[in-house]
Amino acid sequence: MNNHKPMYARRRGQLLRERAIESALFLAALSSVLTTFAIAGVLIYESVPFFRHVPILDFLTDTQWTPLFDNAHYGIMPLVAGTLVTTLTALFVAIPLGTIIAIYLSEFAPHRLREIVKPFLELLGAVPTVVFGYFALIFVTPLLQKIMPDLPGFNMLSAGLVMGIMIIPYVSSVSEDAMRAVPMHIREGSYAMGATRFQTAVRVVVPSAFSGIAAAYILGISRAVGETMIVAIAAGMQPNLTWNPLEPAATITAYIVQVALGDLPHGSVGYQTIFAAGLTLMLMTLGFNIAGFALKKRIREAY
Amino acid sequence: MAKAQVEEIRGIISRHKRWDYVFGVLGLLSLMLGVLVLLALFIQLFIEGLPRFTAEFFTSFPSRRAEQAGILSAWVGTLLVMLVTALAAIPVGVGAGIYLEEYAPKNWLTAVIEINVTNLAGVPSIVYGLLALGLFVYAFGLGQSILAAGLTLALLILPVVIVATREAIRAVPGSIREAAYALGATKFQTVLHHVLPYSTGGILTGVIIGLSRAIGETAPIITIGALTFIAFLPAPPVTAEFPFLSFQWLLDPFTVMPIQMFNWTSRPEEAFLHNAAAAGVVLLAMTLAMNGVAIWLRSRFRSRIKW
Repeated sequence: MNNHKPMYARRRGQLLRERAIESALFLAALSSVLTTFAIAGVLIYESVPFFRHVPILDFLTDTQWTPLFDNAHYGIMPLVAGTLVTTLTALFVAIPLGTIIAIYLSEFAPHRLREIVKPFLELLGAVPTVVFGYFALIFVTPLLQKIMPDLPGFNMLSAGLVMGIMIIPYVSSVSEDAMRAVPMHIREGSYAMGATRFQTAVRVVVPSAFSGIAAAYILGISRAVGETMIVAIAAGMQPNLTWNPLEPAATITAYIVQVALGDLPHGSVGYQTIFAAGLTLMLMTLGFNIAGFALKKRIREAY
Repeated sequence: MAKAQVEEIRGIISRHKRWDYVFGVLGLLSLMLGVLVLLALFIQLFIEGLPRFTAEFFTSFPSRRAEQAGILSAWVGTLLVMLVTALAAIPVGVGAGIYLEEYAPKNWLTAVIEINVTNLAGVPSIVYGLLALGLFVYAFGLGQSILAAGLTLALLILPVVIVATREAIRAVPGSIREAAYALGATKFQTVLHHVLPYSTGGILTGVIIGLSRAIGETAPIITIGALTFIAFLPAPPVTAEFPFLSFQWLLDPFTVMPIQMFNWTSRPEEAFLHNAAAAGVVLLAMTLAMNGVAIWLRSRFRSRIKW
């Protein structure tokens, strides 16, 4: 009975240790918030000198982006156009294929086929993007040139198509999850009314899972907007205000890569422009991500 | 029912059923397209890169002459950067996962952290490069070093590690925790001795998937200004004199596999494209091996633990 005291002391030491560990774990969790603040902080802080030099109106309306030339123009439009064209080309591939694959895997495919095929699809998303870029430049572009002899060596079409293939798994896996979350009794109701498998899939399951599918599309969009290496390698790095995917053009990300590859003294004009470009990119993806998050939240409350 | 009517209904049914068949074929074709592209990519890389697969390719530095160029500095750089990334991302990511699953009270701060993790997973990788350029390279003065690159990639894969840790921990049934508490274990003892061992498989899978993503990341490393032509190795981590360990390599300039491949891809001479393909094969082999291990681990742990 007289070893009370050491026991209390031990317990107190233990409690202190528990507190310390909890604080450390909390700091680890907080690091994600700090990262977000750091991203916003760095992008804004480093862009301020740029926007002091270039009025925002010029930035948004000028049709040329030549910040490193003597006759410097600072219009972000050519880069945004390049980003949008490659993104749209990619979505043109990824949304139909991703949706069909998701419906097929969720509603049609036998269990064993799904188990075999899914790792392959995941692999498609795991291939390093620089390898996809090489593939677009060396394999897809020459292939397209056989059909369209006038196609330049660098073009947004080939980059966009390969990017579309790359984001198929993102679109298909999230859509498939959303469709599989649709309760069985809804399908059974549809079958009981005499609907076929295809009718059930397209008229019952897809509409019920629609917000999840839309979230998958948005995830795909924000992937495509932020994708860098494929476009930097295969679409060329010259800013070019065009909506024609057959032409070469730089995206926001390709411009950042191009400037970063050169000599980049701290505080130089080139250094400032990549942060302004990065801020634009961040705002674009942030908008998509917020929309996706809101949609995802809605699907959880659906049933 | 009149016979004609039955026939008519049969016709309608078979017409509608035809769509099932058509869609089944369409789905298979779409899947095949994805798999075929993957195959074409592999075959193309192998055919182009095969002539460059010699022992010298792995033991030579990059060179202006394509036939003599190799990936020695690139694979050593990749290995060292991955080491830093793993050492930084695992403790922080697993710690954050444990906190969010086991400790976090239900309040606004926890909600903010959770939304943040989801959001960070959607930030383009090049933005992490810009963050690192402003913060690690200039504000912290780390320069274009292995340490700066490793920390950048660690931030990039942090959401992957956190989400995997949370999922693995969530799969451990509450009864295990209650049993530990009943025997007087503290919260951390319960986590360390019971929850973590059961979730190691899931956590490891997530870490490996995260690292396999980091190994192929090019954009953020280019953005921090990594050099593309490095014809020397970082300082060795082990030295002959006391204290036998050196950390000079952390601050050395470096190059990594994907940057080496990008550099060769963007050269006009065709000979370099073979080098790029060979480097691509090595890079793919690394990524696929890691993904394979992750899939194997997942299935192994899933079949071994039965609650």
